[in-house]
Amino acid sequence: MSNYSSILPLKLQNVDYSAGGKKLIKNMNCQFEAGRKYIVIGPNGAGKTLLLRLCHGLLKPDRGQINWAGAKGQNPKSAQAMVSQRSVMLRRSAYDNIDYALSVRGVKRSLRPDLINTVIDRTGLRRVAHKYAPVLSLGEQQRLAIARAWVLKPQVLFLDEPTASLDPPATHSIEELIGEISAEGTTVIMTCHDLGQAKRLATDVLFMFRGRLKEMAPAEQFFTKPNNDLAQAFIEGHLIWWKRRPDRDDAQILEN
Amino acid sequence: MDDLWQAFFKAISLVVTLDDQLLEIVWLSLRLSLTAVGIALIIGLPLGAVLALTRFPGRRILNIIINVFMGLPPVVVGLFVYLLLSRSGPFGVMGLLFTPTAMIIAQVILVIPIVTAISRQVLEELYNEYDELLRSLDASWFRRITALVWDAKFSLTTAGLAGFGRAVSEVGAVMIVGGNIDHLTRVMTTAIALEARKGDLTMALSLGIVLMTVALGVNLVAYTITESAKRRHAR
Repeated sequence: MSNYSSILPLKLQNVDYSAGGKKLIKNMNCQFEAGRKYIVIGPNGAGKTLLLRLCHGLLKPDRGQINWAGAKGQNPKSAQAMVSQRSVMLRRSAYDNIDYALSVRGVKRSLRPDLINTVIDRTGLRRVAHKYAPVLSLGEQQRLAIARAWVLKPQVLFLDEPTASLDPPATHSIEELIGEISAEGTTVIMTCHDLGQAKRLATDVLFMFRGRLKEMAPAEQFFTKPNNDLAQAFIEGHLIWWKRRPDRDDAQILEN
Repeated sequence: MDDLWQAFFKAISLVVTLDDQLLEIVWLSLRLSLTAVGIALIIGLPLGAVLALTRFPGRRILNIIINVFMGLPPVVVGLFVYLLLSRSGPFGVMGLLFTPTAMIIAQVILVIPIVTAISRQVLEELYNEYDELLRSLDASWFRRITALVWDAKFSLTTAGLAGFGRAVSEVGAVMIVGGNIDHLTRVMTTAIALEARKGDLTMALSLGIVLMTVALGVNLVAYTITESAKRRHAR
């Protein structure tokens, strides 16, 4: 973890975000505390990825505030890292991908080999450490993306569906890594589609639907007694959809 | 046909025996073209990087102009440089006309658009791919550019090679501004044109063989570098 004091909590107040004339995030209010594992779930188009990109500063909200309340003058960006669904691999070796991240953050050249070798061993990338990163398998690329983020010792790690399109063994290894990273005190904020994965990993769950945060609750409470009907239907495995009607905009639960 | 074969074998013998006159012309050609490509890379690569990575009013028009300039007729460039460097031109006092420097200037003008356009395209594509990661890492402007140029280095060599191909094989512009003066501004292309007109097919063919070899050699070197890099990465 970064030597600085925690940049958390992260507070979102009345956040709106629009693109192409459509409001995609609507009046978002929530707070993320240090040391937790937040899983953001919801159907496609709910705004999960947008939420992560807004929080990470890759997008600017049209309205409202995103505030790293603990940052107190330090640059909050330097205490965060993000791994995307299809992570970008720099056109160099796996080792050099990690080295680049460290060099950007100003870590001395002499200190880097130890840090890189440690994270390579912890992520099981030793065999492919000197392979050209873009030719690695999807699972290896995701592990490398996590290694590249983890080596920075971020206080907050954003993970955008890191196991999408991975097979169960690869998913399992990524989940183990997330557990280890979290155990070191890094706050994890992650999106996923898989309710089983959310149950396995989350300490807190955010349920989003059509750009709105419908429910945010501790995982146990969310999965046993959700307050929101849509969240309840989603957990029960129903398909939920949205239909515009002349009288009102509303979500419908499509019975299986 | 027999004359042609005879000329061909004589040409080979000139090349093999490293004929003095031949060597002088080849050396001057390479020296001028490599210098021109070097200067064009120094100007064109940063220009391509700026066009790829920044957004400013008029950028699209500048891109179009550079693409149009890639197809500039060399004779027109030669004429333009000639007018600038002639006694009555704005740079006439410098006395550069009919010197190797004038030929380098013409070649630089021909090569810059090629280097700029190719490097812009290569860097822009890579930038679109890397953008989110670089912003996520909060990489400085300098770090972004160095990462892009480093990772695109093999693609960028294409820009240099294309520029070198244009420079070394160009005849119209260097003929006008260089004057094809023996021992001073006679390069492979202008010499081939002259010797062919004189009917000295031996020298023309010898130079043609060297020119072809240089072109093939340059491409072979670039191919070898790229392939060995790929093999190294694919271990």
